[in-house]
Amino acid sequence: MIDIKHVSVRINHKPVLTNINLHIPSGKVTALLGPNGAGKSTLLKSLSQEVQLDAGKITLNDRPLQDFDRLELAKHLAVLPQHASLTFPFAVHEVVAMGLYPLTLSSKQGMELVDEQLSRLALTSLKYRSYPTLSGGEKQRVQLARVLTQLQQAQRPPVLLLDEPTSALDLAQQHRVLSLAKELAHQHNYAVVVVLHDLNQASRYGDNLVILERGQIVSQGPARTTLTPQTIKQVWQYEPQIVNAPGCETPLLF
Amino acid sequence: MENRAWLWPSILTFLVITCLLSIVTGPLQIAPLTSFNAVLNWATHLELGAVAPHEQLVINNVRLPRTLLAMTVGATLAQCGAVMQGLFRNPLADPGIIGVSSGAALGAAICIVLFPGSGEYSVAFGAFIAGLITTLVVYRLASSSSGTSVVLLLLSGVAIAALAGAGIGLLTYLADDMALRDLTLWQMGSIAGAQWQYVTLSLLALLLISWQFYRSSKALNALLLGEAEARHLGVEVDKLKFKLIFLCAVGVGISVAATGIIGFIGLVVPHIVRMIIGPDHKRLLPISAVLGAIILALADVGARSLVAPSELPVGLVTAMLGAPFFIFMLLKQKNRLI
Ligand SMILES: Nc1ncnc2c1ncn2[C@@H]1O[C@H](COP(=O)(O)OP(=O)(O)OP(=O)(O)O)[C@@H](O)[C@H]1O
Ligand SMILES: [Mg+2]
Repeated sequence: MIDIKHVSVRINHKPVLTNINLHIPSGKVTALLGPNGAGKSTLLKSLSQEVQLDAGKITLNDRPLQDFDRLELAKHLAVLPQHASLTFPFAVHEVVAMGLYPLTLSSKQGMELVDEQLSRLALTSLKYRSYPTLSGGEKQRVQLARVLTQLQQAQRPPVLLLDEPTSALDLAQQHRVLSLAKELAHQHNYAVVVVLHDLNQASRYGDNLVILERGQIVSQGPARTTLTPQTIKQVWQYEPQIVNAPGCETPLLF
Repeated sequence: MENRAWLWPSILTFLVITCLLSIVTGPLQIAPLTSFNAVLNWATHLELGAVAPHEQLVINNVRLPRTLLAMTVGATLAQCGAVMQGLFRNPLADPGIIGVSSGAALGAAICIVLFPGSGEYSVAFGAFIAGLITTLVVYRLASSSSGTSVVLLLLSGVAIAALAGAGIGLLTYLADDMALRDLTLWQMGSIAGAQWQYVTLSLLALLLISWQFYRSSKALNALLLGEAEARHLGVEVDKLKFKLIFLCAVGVGISVAATGIIGFIGLVVPHIVRMIIGPDHKRLLPISAVLGAIILALADVGARSLVAPSELPVGLVTAMLGAPFFIFMLLKQKNRLI
């Protein structure tokens, strides 16, 4: 799917990412972890072409990203923004319908697709509400519905980039959104890349964990091998308590 | 879904009524039925109804061009306002924000004061060219290799407007009494000088921008999510921005050239429409066009009848109506922000 080879990014002459090599497969959830300022968002932005690469290249299905036509790329790669600042009073279904932009559908098909995505995220009751009046978590789910709409005509496995999707959500919604991400990867063969701060969530929902520190990948692999007390202490300067809870595959970290 | 079936029929009826009202209004009393017949005669080139020749002449050469110019300019300004508000993601933006009006005013002032007697077309032409150049300068100032910054666009617009204002001030200081009066009147905007040439030009501009804006309406909606989000949806953001700004400069430039500066239509009309039907550009743009046409034509009727037999500049009327509405909007916005 996505191959990141020797990628370096500088912002204002300051190195933010240094020599990143990463393979992002479809059908798996890749979780990006690391302390604040480690470069997680920047790595996502280089995947969505918001920052320019200083060196290296990124390919999607063996084709360099910049060779894609914008509309074609939009059908296969979608980004859930960390904060969506939409102040104009669009109704919820109109916001979701913005995800139809790259698609070629009749307006009736489009409306059906929007309804489908609304019900998938349990938003049907909010369909006609004005977006700016929603709570932070509701807004996040509407944005997710919009982003999923965008990917409905993908001819190859689509890529979904999520930057801290759970930051505004309550406990139940966090698990709902992450389960959905996992389901999209495992059942619909999406390549999901998600930035998370909660290590327990990462180990529960992530198939491949990538730990970034000061612009470099320190460790990657499944939770068992990456989230070791030594790595956590080295990267976060924090000594976790580790509890092996009954019924949990992975140990819990506090 | 709310039922909006009533909207188009009622707004179009309103447009026709306004049109007739505007044609009936004026110092020469022409009965409504006679006016209507005169319009029919004009449209069909046939003698369908009995109309006195001098009345037919007034309708053909004064009232019809005046009414149509008010409507095309109103429709253009309202749509350009809606597009600028979308582009800047700010409901308080107006079409002049990219410097086109201030540049046009400076161009007109140069023609009026420095080249007196060069004819009224030269004023219109100078205004149009200067408006376009100013917009391009503002756009250049705000662009870099990484794209066009909306904040920079806004700030350069303000800076260039201030510069143009200083230029106009200087010219005002240099102007003789005659030029001074022309200049002042021009800046207040008036449709009194309406001629068929202006109507044709302004109608062509209106058709062009309406068509292009409507085609961009989905991209404009996406742009309201944010520039990065619009790019992720596949919108070519920088191309879109350039296209929309250029079209606004052309639309507003031709309008200003034909009528002088008419404020508040571009600011207020899209706002009223958003309150009624929401912010979706697919509906916002066409409805704003019709409402803009209605409001400017009505304001022009007001300009002709408030102090009859004399006339007010129509820009004065729109400002008198628009400014209180704008303050009302600001207060509402403030309550929402706090
Ligand atoms: N536009 C910018 N100008 C200057 N520095 C920047 C810019 N964008 C990012 N940086 C710097 O790059 C580094 C990485 O930022 P990034 O946003 O990728 O971190 P992050 O891992 O997402 O952090 P967080 O967990 O806080 O979201 C930070 O040190 C940040 O200050
Ligand atoms: Mg971040």
